[in-house]
Amino acid sequence: MDPYALKTLNAERRARRAVILVTDLGDGRDRIVREGDQVAGELGAAIAKAFRSGNSGSVEAEGRTFFLNAYLPQPRLVVIGAVHISQALAPMAKIAGYPVEIVDPRTAFATADRFPDVALHAEWPEDILKRQPLDSYTALAAVTHDPKIDDFALKAALDANCFYVGALGSRKTHAKRVERLLALGATADQIARIHAPIGLDIGAASPAEIAVAILAQAIQAFRLRGLESTASARKSESILEKHDA
Amino acid sequence: MENSIYLDEARDPLIIAEGWMKDGKDVAIATVVETWGSAPRPVGSHLVIDAEGNFHGSVSGGCVEGAVVTEAVDVIDSGKAKMLEFGVADETAWQVGLSCGGRIKVYVERLG
Repeated sequence: MDPYALKTLNAERRARRAVILVTDLGDGRDRIVREGDQVAGELGAAIAKAFRSGNSGSVEAEGRTFFLNAYLPQPRLVVIGAVHISQALAPMAKIAGYPVEIVDPRTAFATADRFPDVALHAEWPEDILKRQPLDSYTALAAVTHDPKIDDFALKAALDANCFYVGALGSRKTHAKRVERLLALGATADQIARIHAPIGLDIGAASPAEIAVAILAQAIQAFRLRGLESTASARKSESILEKHDA
Repeated sequence: MENSIYLDEARDPLIIAEGWMKDGKDVAIATVVETWGSAPRPVGSHLVIDAEGNFHGSVSGGCVEGAVVTEAVDVIDSGKAKMLEFGVADETAWQVGLSCGGRIKVYVERLG
């Protein structure tokens, strides 16, 4: 392995950015490919697939054998709001392989008693997200219903290109939210990425069922990332309007 | 196992390999490039080895690491990468003990 490739690889992994190390198994030469880099032909197609699946493996291309080692950051879920839905969402997401952090400045909500075994931050999103920034391998679900708490986090999630951004509330609530996000400087394209009403349309009624709908939608966004047309086609089928306070 | 969102710097083989390199050590990196059957470590897993035979990480459940380390010391000397194969079909592999029934292919290369 090229020493420079190793240094780059480790720097990217520390920064929670996806990379693939492409090694020509014939002559041992290697190079780093970052997500979004254009690589032509069969090799490019295999690289795109490896970024999506996270699976490493060998590929025959251009008469040579390449080994693609995919290093993807651990995807995670940040939930804004230490509410009833979050109490169900946190253990479910953890079981599904998505570590969870919960942020809510309202100390009556964000208690260790209500959220055992979860990373819990009883502070404003403005403060915690400065120290632990969001990134494209983070999903963000804003479920407080309180613009003072949700709005900043939603804007930050759009700017950080989080793979999933969901916001609780009816279409009417969301229309008002869109106005506020536009005023905060979000673009229409960014706002279109918000899943609102939140969650896949499975007719969820209870807080725990809504948690299932949110988790399923976040997983769908993760597994279909880079396949935007498919994702948006599916998004249009996703409506969860029943829950609105 | 708990999924951490940050690298475990003290145990991450590639971080350790970079540290060894900075210390001026010769290093080999072994990578699982193919598996068949019930292989204990997934494709892409690393074992890193220095010229004294110190190692970190794993390419199996501990069954073939000894053999990989021996080969890696050769690879560090010669600078020529090697493809190693272990599995039940192979007499040597059976001796080194990949008894879980799987087969693995391990690419061993020198750093630099």
